[in-house]
Amino acid sequence: MIRYIIRRLLISIPILAIGSILAFFLVAAAGNPLAELKAKPGVTPQQIHDLEASLGLDQPIIVRYWKWLVGFLQGDWGQSIALGQAKVDIFSSVMRALWITARLVVGAELLAIVLGVAVGVLAAVKQYSIFDYLATSSAFLMFSMPIVCVAVILKTYGIRFNNLLQSMGMDRWLSTVSPAAGGFHGSFGEQLFQYTGTYLLPTLSLTLISFAAYSRFQRASMLETLNSDYVRTARAKGISQRRVIFRHAFRNALIPVSTLFSLNAAALFSGAIITETVFGWKGMGNLLVQSIRTFDPYMLMGWLMVTATLVILFNLVADIMYGILDPRIRLA
Amino acid sequence: MPSDPALNPMGPTALPTAGGVAVASGSEFDASKARKQSTLIIRRFFRHRLAVTALVVFLLICLFGFLGPLFWTIPVEDTSSRGYLPPSGAHPLGTIQTGKDMLAQLIVGTRLSVQIALVVAVGSTLVGVVLGALAGYLRGATDSVISRFTDLMLIIPQIAVAAILVRALSGSWYTVAFILAAFAWMQIARITRGETLSLAQREFIEAARASGAKTGWIIFRHLVPNMIGTITVNTTLAVATAVLSEAALSFIGLGVQPPDTSLGLIISENYSQITNRPWLFWGPFVIIVLLSLAVNFIGDGLRDAFDPRQTKVRA
Repeated sequence: MIRYIIRRLLISIPILAIGSILAFFLVAAAGNPLAELKAKPGVTPQQIHDLEASLGLDQPIIVRYWKWLVGFLQGDWGQSIALGQAKVDIFSSVMRALWITARLVVGAELLAIVLGVAVGVLAAVKQYSIFDYLATSSAFLMFSMPIVCVAVILKTYGIRFNNLLQSMGMDRWLSTVSPAAGGFHGSFGEQLFQYTGTYLLPTLSLTLISFAAYSRFQRASMLETLNSDYVRTARAKGISQRRVIFRHAFRNALIPVSTLFSLNAAALFSGAIITETVFGWKGMGNLLVQSIRTFDPYMLMGWLMVTATLVILFNLVADIMYGILDPRIRLA
Repeated sequence: MPSDPALNPMGPTALPTAGGVAVASGSEFDASKARKQSTLIIRRFFRHRLAVTALVVFLLICLFGFLGPLFWTIPVEDTSSRGYLPPSGAHPLGTIQTGKDMLAQLIVGTRLSVQIALVVAVGSTLVGVVLGALAGYLRGATDSVISRFTDLMLIIPQIAVAAILVRALSGSWYTVAFILAAFAWMQIARITRGETLSLAQREFIEAARASGAKTGWIIFRHLVPNMIGTITVNTTLAVATAVLSEAALSFIGLGVQPPDTSLGLIISENYSQITNRPWLFWGPFVIIVLLSLAVNFIGDGLRDAFDPRQTKVRA
């Protein structure tokens, strides 16, 4: 197992390297950070040329890539070269954004997995019961909702709820514009109040969507295993229903779900983009949109490399989970 | 009815013996077999009331998008009216900020959203299933190459790359569709591979291999039919996901761009009016939700129809 993990980690180094080349070319091909400046009247070609030289944009792309790579490996991820913005350090701004996003998505994802798997299993075991219809239809509904709409609707009703609280002489509770700066303060009760108010709406909109996917998937794969021969055999042997479901069916039904986990975890860090935009969080999503708008190449590279590394780690976790769940898959 | 013996076959797991024997000579026999199974599936599908309703809703939405312009003749680009008119006889859903008629917008947006979703779902499923099944069945070097390629495509988050590419190329509906398809097959590939890894260890695959079946035959006649539930669920999810990814991209301004429009773009242009002019938000919202709901229910009905191992069918 440990050898397998080490080998997989070693294999991911060339993958990351090739990925970084592809990403660099993609980002370079996407657009010129100076395009806006060029279009401005009164900017001479000489000014553009000087600026290009000072930013290193006049060099061939291979040279730029190599310089970027050497810096990246040494922990110097460069500075943002977007025009009209402060020259911020990329490493620290990506990490700051990641920390904000991670605090939001980790909780939301855990909540979604636990709820989704539990509801999916129950719905499959009690197929065509009222619970199944309720769970399936609400999962269907949530799965069919654009996250934009979920977030916007939650925000609208959050604001109305706040107004209601205010009219009753209480503090506004739910934060709908952006999380309060400076963290939480006051007594434990007050901090809890601020904490839930800050996280409730964004977490809810992320959880609702992911939950739907997990419960759908868990139900489908659970049904598949429940109808398989070995489960029938287990039943025929006289094993109790509970034992059949948890020892025989559940484990195998988790295999497709573990794939969904690795895929979803990757999408999460970028997928919080919409939620962050609606609720005004300055996380990874916000950073990405800003960098694409301004064609900020090195910031985009830093963003892509961090997300790429996270995805590789999650894929590895999913593959290890396969091996644990299904001993027929040998990981040597 | 469970009592109907035709509805309770041994399923694809019964096929290998027939397939194994008939590899070289039995094409006629298999063709008739396939037709019989597909009528069976269609019959089972049409017994699923919810799925049939969903199919009708889906077709109605398509009719709305594709034939709507025949009945609603205000051009989508017409900006002669005032902006933000409330609903009236001339504009049943009012006008948007630029004075364009909302109903005309919705018709075009629905059509383009459906087109994008279908292109993405079909394209990504085909590529994903073939690559995933090859990797999971052949294992070894093929698996390494395909899996690493999938990893490579996966490590760059789809929405991010799609957004970068849309910014670089263009925001016309087909560019967005192809970009989304190019970054949507990996999920299906990985899920197919996972299922195949597990299925390929089963006895009927071993039996087929022992009787000399070729890789392509095993994949398409034995593996794919046994995964068809998963594949179908995934394709329908892909249609819905495509509608929703398009909406997400358009929301951050990096999806479909004018002059093309889409349900996602309409929502992102009008969501700020949810309190003051709710019809501008709820109109496209209802269509987008109905569209993905319908597709998901169709997929569910198909899954039940496809999966002959589902003996739990109630009368």
